[in-house]
Amino acid sequence: MDFNQPADQNLFDRATVVGKPHARVDGVLKVTGKAPYAYERHDVVAGQLYGYPVGAAIAKGRITGIDASAARSAPGVRGVVTTLEIEPLGIWDYNVARLFGGDVVEHYQQAIAVVVAESFEQARAAAALLEVSYDRDKVDVDLEAGWERVRGTGEPSTLVGDVDAAFQSAAVTLDEIYHTPSHTHAMMEPHASIVDWSDGDQMTVWTSSQMIEWNRQALATNFGIDPDRIRVESPFIGGGFGGKLWLRADAVLAAIGSRAVGAPVKMALPRPFMINNTTHRSATIQRIRLAADADGKLTAIDHEAASHTLPGGRGENATAQTPFFYAAANRRVIHHLVEMHLPEASDMRAPGETSGLMALEIAMDEMAEKLGMDPVEFRIRNDTQVNPSDPAIPFSERHYVECLREGANRFGWSDRNTTPGGRREGMWLIGHGVAGAYRGHLNLKSGARATLSNGRLVIETDMTDIGTGSYTILTQTAAETMGLPMGRVEVRLGNSAWPVSSGSGGQFGASSSTAGVYAACVALREKIGERLGLQNPEFRDGNVIGNGEVTPLSEIAGEFSAEDSMNFGEFQSKDYLMATFGAHFVEVGVHVATGETRVRRMLAVCDAGRILNPITARSQVIGGMVMGTGGALSEELAVDLEHGFFANHDLASYEVAVHADIPHQEVIFLDTLDNVATPLKSKGVGELGLCGVAAAIANAAYNATGIRVRQYPLTLDRMIDQLPEV
Amino acid sequence: MRAFSFERASEPAQAAARAAEVPGAKFIAGGTNLLDLMKLEIETPVHLIDVSATGLDRISSTAGGGLRIGAMVTNTDLAADATVRRDYGVLTRALMAGASGQLRNKATTAGNLLQRTRCPYFYDTAMPCNKRVPGAGCAALGKGAFSRQLGIIGTSDTCIATHPSDMAVALRVLDAEVETTTPSGASRTIPLDEFYRLPGDTPEIETALMPGEIITAVTLPPPIGGRQSYHKVRDRASYAFALVSVALIEREDGTGRVALGGVAPEPWRRPQAEAALPDGANAVMSRLLDGATPTEENAFKITLAERTLAAMLAEG
Ligand SMILES: Cc1cc2nc3c(=O)[nH]c(=O)nc-3n(C[C@H](O)[C@H](O)[C@H](O)COP(=O)(O)OP(=O)(O)OC[C@H]3O[C@@H](n4cnc5c(N)ncnc54)[C@H](O)[C@@H]3O)c2cc1C
Ligand code: SF4
Repeated sequence: MDFNQPADQNLFDRATVVGKPHARVDGVLKVTGKAPYAYERHDVVAGQLYGYPVGAAIAKGRITGIDASAARSAPGVRGVVTTLEIEPLGIWDYNVARLFGGDVVEHYQQAIAVVVAESFEQARAAAALLEVSYDRDKVDVDLEAGWERVRGTGEPSTLVGDVDAAFQSAAVTLDEIYHTPSHTHAMMEPHASIVDWSDGDQMTVWTSSQMIEWNRQALATNFGIDPDRIRVESPFIGGGFGGKLWLRADAVLAAIGSRAVGAPVKMALPRPFMINNTTHRSATIQRIRLAADADGKLTAIDHEAASHTLPGGRGENATAQTPFFYAAANRRVIHHLVEMHLPEASDMRAPGETSGLMALEIAMDEMAEKLGMDPVEFRIRNDTQVNPSDPAIPFSERHYVECLREGANRFGWSDRNTTPGGRREGMWLIGHGVAGAYRGHLNLKSGARATLSNGRLVIETDMTDIGTGSYTILTQTAAETMGLPMGRVEVRLGNSAWPVSSGSGGQFGASSSTAGVYAACVALREKIGERLGLQNPEFRDGNVIGNGEVTPLSEIAGEFSAEDSMNFGEFQSKDYLMATFGAHFVEVGVHVATGETRVRRMLAVCDAGRILNPITARSQVIGGMVMGTGGALSEELAVDLEHGFFANHDLASYEVAVHADIPHQEVIFLDTLDNVATPLKSKGVGELGLCGVAAAIANAAYNATGIRVRQYPLTLDRMIDQLPEV
Repeated sequence: MRAFSFERASEPAQAAARAAEVPGAKFIAGGTNLLDLMKLEIETPVHLIDVSATGLDRISSTAGGGLRIGAMVTNTDLAADATVRRDYGVLTRALMAGASGQLRNKATTAGNLLQRTRCPYFYDTAMPCNKRVPGAGCAALGKGAFSRQLGIIGTSDTCIATHPSDMAVALRVLDAEVETTTPSGASRTIPLDEFYRLPGDTPEIETALMPGEIITAVTLPPPIGGRQSYHKVRDRASYAFALVSVALIEREDGTGRVALGGVAPEPWRRPQAEAALPDGANAVMSRLLDGATPTEENAFKITLAERTLAAMLAEG
């Protein structure tokens, strides 16, 4: 099915299943431990052996030798394959560092060997016996120094009007530098795979991947084989946050181990290894300049940012939102990639906007203060309904102003203390903050197969559920389209044998894949109509209705199957700008003596088109708010400048938010529809909930203390010298 | 993790004797620290002696009116003990500020005293660490190293790690003593202020225990009353080691005791510093942290310690 123009009124506008708060259809499997996650799929193939990875102990250089003799003769060991024994593997489009093979070390803990043994303990013990010698190169991992080299150079990606003139004539200007650190995804389930490539021919991979087809293509590229020899399954994923968009060392090493020993091999990446071996969100340094007239209308926005990457990578483009979010006639945007020897920087939840809004939304707060304006009103004044960098292009839908107004109302914004540092309760300074959220919306072509037999519908697609609720919303979509109760729909996901979908990432999954399932169901309806000789029959209450006859779907003999995909037309990006919007309101307490900041209340208002299921959507948003709290207050991958790696590479020292950090969270969805986005008129919410959260917390901490911190996380050491006397 | 053999001791003296007799042996109690270290091959015992069933899991009164805490009493049970809560409140507070409920259910009194540092480089066997491999060097002292969590006083130029225990900080202000049994079957009592060893040139030696010596109990002198509090400062609200913690006992007359966690290789207390308590936090800390040698990244701990104590005094 082609989606070549905005949707008209359709069945989703009369929906009885889509948009309703249905509990997760896979919830029982999860809470009873029956959902098959990759590492625990003991039943899929007999004779599974255990693999254990070995990582490079240096950040850059060459391996001059690996003595694996002790490991090979250790108890239970069935095979050891070192990187020196393997030709460098191919590198797929979106991977940057090589996953295995050859003697070059590009980053710390890059995989250099795999040990396969009969038990996990034997594999791990033998892995420690490898003797590796290196020729070590000097590393450069200093982003601050890189920033000094690149700032002021290069061609802007967006250049509108005359920025310099606008600054010269502005009534009020701001010029500040902001820092965000590197982040690790820290998803609950580590990267894990079981691979059976025993015969070196057909490869079967049970893994934990957000993107089945990308995973398959990447495996084919790595091993130089036909993708049709590879089957990938990933029905359940214990979180990904972008860390599982790409093929990683678990599947590659398990495949190499399996081929070497002629048996299926399973491997989970150990947590302390994962953080430097896999990808992360790059740190950023951002200079933001704002200019406004005396009425608070922005006249110029100048955003220059840098992030780090291995050569050839994408870094973290913190300017992603800046061309689009606020009105201003003059604008300059530039992002520098600084090549460094840290592990591979790549996508993490809302890549770009997360770091960008951490800075931009503090800058907006600072500017509002300079203008003597309420920060909510200042943002409203600078709203735009068109792409400010290309005013001929309207936003498909944009209700940012409503988000701010509704949020201010529900939060009690007008009651807050407006004098920074002016409200104290016992030992706590209390503050309130607001920040805007922006995240671009994107659709990817998405396919599915719908099969009806005996009144039961089965949907098959390689779409994934990374904890987001795909099983549930796809069941709802299919039930709605076929007029069946949800209990008669079974959705099967995450298998490369099934039609290729959008996969899960970039908050494109829900909207793209529901549209794909809708397309497959419409194709199925046509088939059924044809068989019964009906023109445009109706599907309702388990029946097909046409020519004055009501036929229960359960009474139609035989099996009907139809496959289709939703192809999103060019008009979406040519004629419109699609994005999601939100506003975050936060109350914090800052301990007057220690500077510890704790969040006391959070509210998010979201404008993301039709909400397909308020329960799963809310989970996404509150999860984003939790992640944003960690990002604001404690998460930071600490770089060791001499050794060139992230030193706090476990979950004891990389501090994500814990339960005690999270207060009451409220989420409001505006009842908006976006008919440009998909026939369901929905957009993504999975990343929106994270965007802007950290800045709202930073602004609240400023309101509490009067201390402006422009470097994340907002740990107490960044404030303690400026706090009032105890 | 290396392969190891395992036995369960039923008596402390027997455990100590076996530990001295079997090369590479180590005691295991709750295992919450030792097993993690073994998985990473930071600790590589070849034989484990489980001491959890040695009958050391009781809390009883001493003849002198104090309290005797068996070495295998769990952190959960110790924190919940009615006498401890009434008479040694700082101990309950410190215990409850540590780790998580699940960990405290397994963690024991002896194991907690002997838990090892959380220095990130100690945890990465690819990095030089004098504590792990004597003479290898100290990655935490390198230029551009991550030292925010590490020590500011009592450290040396071979090691700047801290002792991470919360419980030990409270025990230190309570003047606790450690009771042991040596491999020859003799008993010893070691005051807590002599129990930990500062790193000097030998950061691998952390305590006064001799090889094979087993901790059997921790004793507390009779209650000294006063207002007892424990303030642990950390980046997140729970489940994190202290940046700085302060154990405080304040008496009516303004005198009292203070010890610090998160700053030194041992719970940090100096009698001359607490004599200055009536003069306020600044007076105490300028003595308690006199001679501190922080890194650029952790110099804030000095200010933080003082402000934390000031808040505790002000709250009184
Ligand atoms: C995630 C995490 C978070 C934590 N957070 C905190 C925190 O915030 N604050 C805090 O204080 N602690 C914290 N801890 C540490 C925890 O308190 C210790 O792991 C625990 O107290 C160790 O006790 P155990 O009985 O498990 O010791 P084990 O791991 O069994 O043993 C530890 C050491 O003690 C030795 N040992 C045990 N018993 C004896 C004995 N009777 N005589 C001589 N030697 C003995 C062992 O040989 C070993 O060397 C945390 C731990 C984890 C894993
Ligand atoms: S500070 Fe101590 S524990 Fe840390 S690396 Fe140096 S020697 Fe090892």
